[in-house]
Amino acid sequence: MPAVKAIRGIGHRTINAVWRIGMATRFFFLTLMHSGSSFRRFHLIIKELFSTGVMSLIIIVVAGLFVGMVLGLQGYETLKRYGSESALGVMVALGLVRELGPVVAALLFASRAGSAMTAEIGLMKATEQISAMEMMAVHPIARIVAPRFWAGIISMPLLAALFSAVGVFGGYFVGVVQIGVDEGSFWSQMQAAVDFEHDIMNGVIKSFVFGTAVTIIALFEGYDAPPTAEGVSGATTRTVVTSSLVILMLDFILTAMMFGGS
Amino acid sequence: MERTGIDLWVGMFVVAGVAALVMLAMKVGNLGTYNVSDAYQIHAYFTNIGGLKTTASIKSAGVLVGRVESISLDTQRYEAKVVMSIDKRYQFSKDTIGKILTSGLLGEQYIGLDAGGETEVLKHGEQLKKTQSAMVLEDLIGKFLYSKAEEPAK
Repeated sequence: MPAVKAIRGIGHRTINAVWRIGMATRFFFLTLMHSGSSFRRFHLIIKELFSTGVMSLIIIVVAGLFVGMVLGLQGYETLKRYGSESALGVMVALGLVRELGPVVAALLFASRAGSAMTAEIGLMKATEQISAMEMMAVHPIARIVAPRFWAGIISMPLLAALFSAVGVFGGYFVGVVQIGVDEGSFWSQMQAAVDFEHDIMNGVIKSFVFGTAVTIIALFEGYDAPPTAEGVSGATTRTVVTSSLVILMLDFILTAMMFGGS
Repeated sequence: MERTGIDLWVGMFVVAGVAALVMLAMKVGNLGTYNVSDAYQIHAYFTNIGGLKTTASIKSAGVLVGRVESISLDTQRYEAKVVMSIDKRYQFSKDTIGKILTSGLLGEQYIGLDAGGETEVLKHGEQLKKTQSAMVLEDLIGKFLYSKAEEPAK
């Protein structure tokens, strides 16, 4: 009967999803447990910082610049109606520091660095490099996963901060240099409205949480990928889709906790 | 440990990220704008503070001279007690008037200090005697309606 089959399918998928969440959680704690040895071999983290952080720099900086420029342009068009163009700096800075910086940087990070991590680990597994390590009594989580995890956590807040800073200058360029909003009020209103602890530090906390989520999803998908070409490609797709959704959901929760109801 | 090209790139990345954070804190945020490090505190009572918040600015002649330290309700007088930190560089006479003002039509509220003529200056822990409360829109409308009703009908 097709109806029973459909219900059975839903149940199967749900159980499978819960199973994978449990595995991912166990994987997360395993990674934390094996982190100590990766800090003793810090050059591994440095190497991963290069491939996740440094290689994401260009996309983050260019995207930040354009997002800031668009914010400047759109903000000006709307604020002009109420005669408050001088609040453009506030709008650009708060929008970037609170939301767009952490979220867009994390989305870009997931598709630029997260997918690469998944594909790399998945391919290592498919070519049996991970089994070879186990044979040599090297724990693959300590050697492969933990350094990438910490590199992701370290680089994400830095990338988000860069994104916001470059974005503010993009907004400045469009608003002040091109359109001609008063430079003094652009900066002074921004400084009066943006609070270091409430806005900037909360943005840093957000990007830290996103970095953790994206990195652990990417590493888990790679580590769990079926060792075939198809399996690796499917895992890479799942990394980008899942981490994008998780970023947006976490962002809502964090925003509600930080800025809601005050 | 030998140096590699990767170390240089990672170093540059970390420096750029930290520089961006510092830039955000100093140029975008309020950390670099005003730091009341060397300050003395005075307090004042207001019958209504409106929307005044802690860390609101205190200005005299439009110049930022301090920040609001704390706001509490004094249950002896049922008035709001506002503690202000004022920069040591600025001294105010004893008969200074403190007013709660609004920057722009819909802007933030701040405290404006109008210096008086007395020669003695306020010291740490002393009180501003003369204050003017915040304008509350409902009160203003009420006053306006009351004065309209008092006018003889034409």
